[in-house]
Amino acid sequence: MPELSAVHHPLYQLRRTPFHARTSQLCLPHNWRRWGGCIAVGSYDLGLDREYWAIRNHAALIDISPLIKYEITGRDAARLLHRLTPRDIHRMQVGQVYYTGWCDDDGKLLDDGTVTRIGEQSFRLTAAEPQFRWLALNAVGMQVQITELTERLAALSLQGPKSRTILNLACEQPVDSLKYFRMAFNRVAGKAVSVSRTGYTGDLGYEIWMDAEDALVIWDTLLAAGHDYGITPTGILAMDMARVEAGLFMLDVDYTPASHAWIPGQRSSPYEMGLGWTVNLDKQGYFVGRRALEREHREGSSWKMVGLEIDWEGLEREYAAVGMPPQVPATAVRGSIPVYAGPRQVGYASTSTWSPVLKKYIALVHVQQPFHAPGTKVEIEVTVEHHRRKSPATVVALPFYDPEWKKK
Amino acid sequence: MARAAKAIKPIIGLVPPDPSSLSWRDMKGLLKLGQYAHSLSEHELYRIAKLVTQSSADLLEEWFELDPLKGTKAASGIIGTYLGPRSPGTAYVLLHHYMGEIDGAFRAWGFAKNGTGGVTAAIASSARALGVEIRTNAAVDKVIVRGGRAAGVALANGDELSATVVMSAADPKRSFLQFVDQQHFPDEFVQAIRNFRVRGSSGKINIALSGLPDFNCLPGEGPLHRGAISISPSIEYVERAYDDAKYGNFSRQPYMDIIFPSMIDRDMAPPGHHVMSCFVQYAPYDVAGGWDDAKKDAFGETVIATIEKYAPNIRKVIVGKQVITPQDIERIAGITGGNIFHGELLLHQLFFMRPAPQWADFRTPLSGYYFGAAGAHPGGGVMGAAGKMAATEILKDWQ
Repeated sequence: MPELSAVHHPLYQLRRTPFHARTSQLCLPHNWRRWGGCIAVGSYDLGLDREYWAIRNHAALIDISPLIKYEITGRDAARLLHRLTPRDIHRMQVGQVYYTGWCDDDGKLLDDGTVTRIGEQSFRLTAAEPQFRWLALNAVGMQVQITELTERLAALSLQGPKSRTILNLACEQPVDSLKYFRMAFNRVAGKAVSVSRTGYTGDLGYEIWMDAEDALVIWDTLLAAGHDYGITPTGILAMDMARVEAGLFMLDVDYTPASHAWIPGQRSSPYEMGLGWTVNLDKQGYFVGRRALEREHREGSSWKMVGLEIDWEGLEREYAAVGMPPQVPATAVRGSIPVYAGPRQVGYASTSTWSPVLKKYIALVHVQQPFHAPGTKVEIEVTVEHHRRKSPATVVALPFYDPEWKKK
Repeated sequence: MARAAKAIKPIIGLVPPDPSSLSWRDMKGLLKLGQYAHSLSEHELYRIAKLVTQSSADLLEEWFELDPLKGTKAASGIIGTYLGPRSPGTAYVLLHHYMGEIDGAFRAWGFAKNGTGGVTAAIASSARALGVEIRTNAAVDKVIVRGGRAAGVALANGDELSATVVMSAADPKRSFLQFVDQQHFPDEFVQAIRNFRVRGSSGKINIALSGLPDFNCLPGEGPLHRGAISISPSIEYVERAYDDAKYGNFSRQPYMDIIFPSMIDRDMAPPGHHVMSCFVQYAPYDVAGGWDDAKKDAFGETVIATIEKYAPNIRKVIVGKQVITPQDIERIAGITGGNIFHGELLLHQLFFMRPAPQWADFRTPLSGYYFGAAGAHPGGGVMGAAGKMAATEILKDWQ
């Protein structure tokens, strides 16, 4: 018997989510990714098409447990989040969910996530990165309790046009009356869950939050309920394509949080990321970054994240020059690609993908004034057979894909 | 095969030039063709020459050893033809089925949301958005000819529509032998269209199921139900299926290409139920004794019995079935002969010979009358290529 090496100790291993017993059985290509210190399924198949189309046509079941989650309770819970984020938390109703970014005092984004008002004095906050220190710093002198729930609270995202039908079958209470960006308590397989009508795909979808101990029975119940409706365990790579179509960005991919930036130029404001609608300058009282955001609102932003559609004929021409049909990535590409107006570089793409539902090659791009107006013709770099070339492209408004059933 | 498909693709998108013509347009086309041939390596040129003349069996035997693999691949070469896998010319048909490309992946089959009808529905709605008026259930009786030009169409209900340009997307026989009086065409053209081979050979059995068939080889529900299931154990099996058809009978042990559209698009069937689409060959258009209800039932039964050998629970899960013969295709879709390609994809019916020599550029001997459907270059397959190229040629003449 070989001696058990120290690397087998759980402390040396990446964390597993509460669904690992099921997901690891289904992850045939062993395509695992890292997410928040966990291993998360990249894809359950060798290709992404089945999982991608489940999001757009049926229902995709995605393990999103690695999300960072906090519970914020106490007399000053609303006050803390009102101070932390640019949204008007005092106007938030119980059961309401807000999407928001939050900034440092220079008005530059630190992270983004959702705030859910669970009760009068109780909130849940999700984040991409650990935020405990920042929350604690902002809570000085307040009567609040901040508890990290990341490992205790398992979460599944059920996304796609059939998600509501499946949840109605799986949940004790129907979810028909649950509106977009609202949360309600429910039960699945007799276990308490909260269901929010939220997601990261731009489709009809829900996120189901549960005690980690109940994870497997809820997974099984949802899969059984959804069998006849095409429910499909889906990895984060197919979700990555869908979120680009939905115009949703990702921390460290599409923006650098101010806390990670090496140089000031790497930081982004909510306005620059298209989150101007979340910045409520009319709200009462101070919030972190208020003065800087007021100034930016007055003076305008020099950068903006917009959509870019790469012109198919142009791309075809570049490839035809070397005798090839156009090549498009079969997955979302996270890498900076220069965007030009004439000879001058005016921006860059941060994520690009082929959109199977739109049949378009699209990208989230960051461009300087005045090139971010929809309809602006620019060029994007494409690498054709190891040579850098430029392909014509058009700036469009986000999102690329916005089905009518998303909010219905 | 992907390389061969890529090599032949430029020809698919080319308006076929007439090699006997000295017109500027044809010379330009021939020059393009010459440049294209020149751009290929010797190796590629010979491979293409072989591909268009070989049988699919010969082609596959050069590359593969395993019978079920060769049988399944050979079957792609007989779809829509009245030929067997050992008949010369079937290698091209095989290639024709490998030219599909979806999202950058060659050799891909496309599935449209709500079935293939979704493709025409999308084209129709796009056309309507541009202000196009579309009339359906309006059978055409005749193309109106005035002063030696097509001047409109007369509908079966008596309505007459006048037009500067008339384009037919019906099959060649209907377009040239029925819609237009033959006096308006040269005899040779009429003869060529009369000889155009449109004999249908494929049937379709659509089955409604209360559950999935359980296959002996891979029991249980699995990825196989999301793919295509081919009943073609060997080249010999498919060739023997053809032997029956050669003498006028439907195959006693038919080749089948089966898919479950409801596994790809759940809206195709109620929850828990499925639809099974079986493409079957061979089912001759002019089956010996003619198609009657008894013959159709016998054909349907043969198909179910064949499936039962591989999936024994099939009869237990069937809740309904629809048997479609080439005669039904002719009756329902108005395709003469019921050939799914509006005419077989045979070497002598391709490129500058489709639908007739000298008239492969989507024009016809009747000025103002154009032809842009599967019976024209480059043939069928839900490509829309013939229609698009015909429209482009019409616009050129219009200016």
